[in-house]
Parts: sequence; C-alpha cells; structure tokens
Amino acid sequence: MTDLIRLVDVEKSYVRGKERIVIFDKLNLHFEQGDFVAIMGPSGSGKTTLLNLLGGTDRPDKGAIEFEGQRIDNLGDGKLTAWRSANVGFIFQFYNLMPILNAAQNVELPLLLTRLSPAKRRENVATALKIVGLEDRARHRPRELSGGQQQRVAIARAIVSDPKLLLCDEPTGDLDRATADEILSTLQVLNRELGKTIVMVTHDAEAAKFASRVLHLDKGHFDERELAA
Amino acid sequence: MNDLTLVRKNLFRKPMRTTLLLISIFVAFLVFAVMLSFNHSISNFATLPTRMVTLSKINFTESLPIAHYDRISRMEGVAVATHLNWFGGYYQDPVKGFLPVFAVDPQSYFKVYAEDLQIPAVERDAFFKDRTAMLVAEPVAKRFGWHVGQRIPLNSNIFSQADGGHTWAFTLVGVIPTPPGSSQTGSVLIHYDYFNDTITFGRDRVGWVPFLTTSAGLNDRVAQAIDARFANSADETSTQDEATFNKGFAAQLGDIALVITLVVGSAFAAILLIVGTTMALAVRERTREVGVMKTLGFSSGRVLRLVLGESLLLAFLGAALGVGAAAIFLPVMAQASGGQMPPINLPPSVAAWSAAVALALGLVTGAAPAIAAYRMRIVDAFGRR
Repeated sequence: MTDLIRLVDVEKSYVRGKERIVIFDKLNLHFEQGDFVAIMGPSGSGKTTLLNLLGGTDRPDKGAIEFEGQRIDNLGDGKLTAWRSANVGFIFQFYNLMPILNAAQNVELPLLLTRLSPAKRRENVATALKIVGLEDRARHRPRELSGGQQQRVAIARAIVSDPKLLLCDEPTGDLDRATADEILSTLQVLNRELGKTIVMVTHDAEAAKFASRVLHLDKGHFDERELAA
Repeated sequence: MNDLTLVRKNLFRKPMRTTLLLISIFVAFLVFAVMLSFNHSISNFATLPTRMVTLSKINFTESLPIAHYDRISRMEGVAVATHLNWFGGYYQDPVKGFLPVFAVDPQSYFKVYAEDLQIPAVERDAFFKDRTAMLVAEPVAKRFGWHVGQRIPLNSNIFSQADGGHTWAFTLVGVIPTPPGSSQTGSVLIHYDYFNDTITFGRDRVGWVPFLTTSAGLNDRVAQAIDARFANSADETSTQDEATFNKGFAAQLGDIALVITLVVGSAFAAILLIVGTTMALAVRERTREVGVMKTLGFSSGRVLRLVLGESLLLAFLGAALGVGAAAIFLPVMAQASGGQMPPINLPPSVAAWSAAVALALGLVTGAAPAIAAYRMRIVDAFGRR
C-alpha cells in the first residue's frame, strides 16, 4: 500500500507560562492508504496534537507533513483550509453539531464550500445519512437525537464530501458500550468498503480492537516495534 | 441551505434576545425617521428663486412700518411686493384651536404667491371684495368641518378690538388646496385692512414683506439695496431669500437639527453599546462552533462575513421595521394635527439615510466579534493544544 500521509522529522512544542513543553521531537510517522489506526496513550501524550497536525488545523515547528507526496505544512492558510475541506473529515468526541441546524443541514455544511448544485448537495446528504442509517432523522435537530445518533450525523458530515482521511478524536468517548460498538462498526465499514483511511485517537482498548492496527503514544514517542510492524 | 440560512438561523437562535434587540433598534429608527421627516417637511416648502422676504433686522417677531412696504415695492429690481401680519389666531381653544392666521393684502398676496393659490376665480374675487372674508387651507377646513359661506369667529391672543374683545368674525369664502410643499399649508388668510382698522395697537405696521424680484440674478443686489435703504433707521431690515426665511421660521419651533442630533445620537450610542456587547457575547458563546466551521474548511474570511452578516441583518431588520412604522405613522400624525403641521411623508432621502445608518450600525456592532472570529485559531477554539 502507498503512503497517504507522512510526517518527517516533525517537531512541535508549546509555551505554557514560562515553560516550554516539547510534544514531538523528530517524529517520523506514516499512514498508508486504507489504514485504520487506533492511537492510544495517556492524557498529555500528544494524541490530539498529532490529529491537529494530520488534519492541518495546527502546524509543526519544524519538519514536514506530506499528503499523497505533497507538502501541506507550508501551504498558506487559505490553501490549507481548502485542502482540509477536500481531503479530511473530522469526527469529535462531543459530536460538535450545530444546534440551530437539523441533521441534513449539519451534514450539508461542508458541501457549502463546494460548487455542487443544491440538488446534488441534497443527493449527497441523503446518501451520507443512508450510509450511517439515519435517513429517517434528516429533519431532526441535534437535541432531538440520542448521543449515538448525533455521532452518526457527525460521521455523515465527515464523509459527505468524500474525503480520503478521517480523523476521529475519541469518537465513542461519550457513548455507552453498545452504541460505541455501533459507531465503531460504522467506521469499520467506511474503512473496509469505502476505503477511507482512518486515524482514531482513543483511551478505550475495546474501541481500539476495531482498528486494523494500534499505536501507543507516550510523551510524544511511539513504540518503535509497533511502528515497524 | 446557503450562507444566508446560516446567518438567519444564528441570529434567531435565541429568539427572545434577538426580539429585544430588534425592538431597541426599531425604536431608534422610528424616532430617527420621524424626526428627520418632520425636519425635512418643515424646511422644504416649495420656494421660488425670485421670491425674497424683508423682515426686521432684530428678529422675525418685530414688525416694520407699512411705509417700508411701499418703499420696497418701488425699489429697482422688485417686480411685486406684499406684506403679512401674524394675527396670533385660534378657534375656540387657544391650544387645541391654534391657527396660523395671516393678515394679508389680498391682491398683492395673490401675485407674490400665485403658484400656491390656485383657487376658483369666484372664490378669489369673493375674497378680494369682502373685508371680512377669509380663505383657509384645505386641511384646516376639514379639521373644523367648516364650509364656504360659514361665518366663523376667530380669536387673537395678541390683539384686541376697541371694545376690549379679542374675537373677529370672518366669512369663509374659499378653500386653498395644499399639495405637499405648498407655502399655504395650514394657512388662514384674512384682510390686512380689516385687521389694521380694528386693532387697538400696532396699527400701520406689517410683520414682513415678501416680494418677487425681476430676475433671480438680481437677488443679492436688491437685498443689499433694501437693507442699505433702511440702515440706521428705527426699523432696520434684513432681506433674505425665501428658503433662508423658511428655515428661520421653522427654527421658531426649536433647533430641530440639534434636537435630532441629541435624541437620535443618544439613542444610537446606547444601541451601539447594547447590540455590540450582545453580538460579542453571542459569538463568544459559539467559540466551539466557529472552531468546527473552520475545521470543516470555512475560511476565516467567510466566518468573518457570516458574523458581520448577522449584525447587518439585525440592523437592517430593525431599521426596516422602524422606517416602515414611521411611514405609516407620519401621515397619521400630520392628519391628527388638523393642518397645523404640513403634510409629512417619508421622503426617499430619509429612507436612504436610514439605510446608511443601518449599514454603519451593522458594521460597527459586528466588527469586534467578526474580527475575533476571524482571528480565532482552531486549536484555541477547542480549548486545547
């Protein structure tokens, strides 16, 4: 398989007060097309920072991030935003749906950035909602949906523009076991049947079992044996 | 769905808050449009470029000897002159029945104000012939239900007759139509001769002398000549064009422009703070949502436009409601005055000014939250790094 995204000698640190906190120091990592990777690690290990770097919502201090062989870390803000909307879908722990919009409108949101006609947008929204099994909840607002249903709407929103990479930040962290398993099964389907590359950050070992491989991150370092596997 | 849907839904996510904001903006624009329209109507009577007015140099309420009128009439460059006196009239009740009654010289008055006195010849001739005849503007006749031929007692709160009475009886002989801008709006015309013969003081004096010049190009020269003619006399004059005179007359009601500036300025300053603070709070409440939109690929510029769109939509909605209400309220207000006030309608210039103020209000109140949203980094919006 070919690399979809690749981090080369990435360094990232933050200044908090007078203290400089190094998150990554010469991090080298790559994810192949069609991967479903679970990243586990304690709080503060750098999981979310890694997702931010992979998704282009944050930039490395040094090093390079390549997507399909092209550097994205040195793109201007506008180009990076355009790249993100075309190539990355995000799934958050707390769904982050717009409370003022119904399910279909939430899913349609990323399509407002495209040149698709309203009819084509509606068609794509219907398809995405069908994939996550919520076609009968299209007109419901988030507050009228259960946690699991809200997360499925968020998944539909993440896949509606057909991105290659899905970044999931604790996607089942706010759900009960049964609902969490349903969501993870949906992600598995997206990976296996639609070929989506998924990078999922989780604390939950049960959730990690749905991934095709698991990487453990601790203080900015991955287990070398897992990386080599 | 489009960006306007997002703007609209965001604006009305808290209907009570938005309604209260809309009410405050509505009230401000209602006051703004009413006051501006009122000012416009009292300062925009139709004027003739050749029509000028001579009055006392001291002020508008000081009278001049009637000899001034004779001399002005004969001056070079003056085509025709007339004169008016303020009667201080009212009908039955000094407050509710107040009327702008003018004692005029009928023949010359009809020459100087010919364009605004388009009444049937029979009514005009009846006015010329009868010393106790009276002409009234149409809204005045409607207000009191007067009809031609009726004998009407009018009182003066300034002048008295030899018997000590303050009441004069007049015969209504005609009604003057007053389209918008007419100089005769609200007027009641009576004979100067009758007035002058029956008053106990102030005889042979006139309030002011309107006249037509032979050419507008001569106005300045004629004005200077008239004022020079009476300089250093007991009754010095000030001659001005009709528009300036009308503004001075309107100023008797108070400095409308200053009142508008103070009232409307205070209202908008308060609204600026209220709406600005509320908009900033509203956007701050949605920090995470702004972060999500940016994560999904909405550019900072687009987020800025969405937030500005909200404040602009709010300002324009409030302005439209306020100006719309003013458009309905103004004619009702003018009608209720029974002709004391000129016909007041919302002029296009006031609508344009309201739109400009709404635009400024929307931009100013939305600027700070929009810039904050523009600058917001995704990692900060989610409160983690």
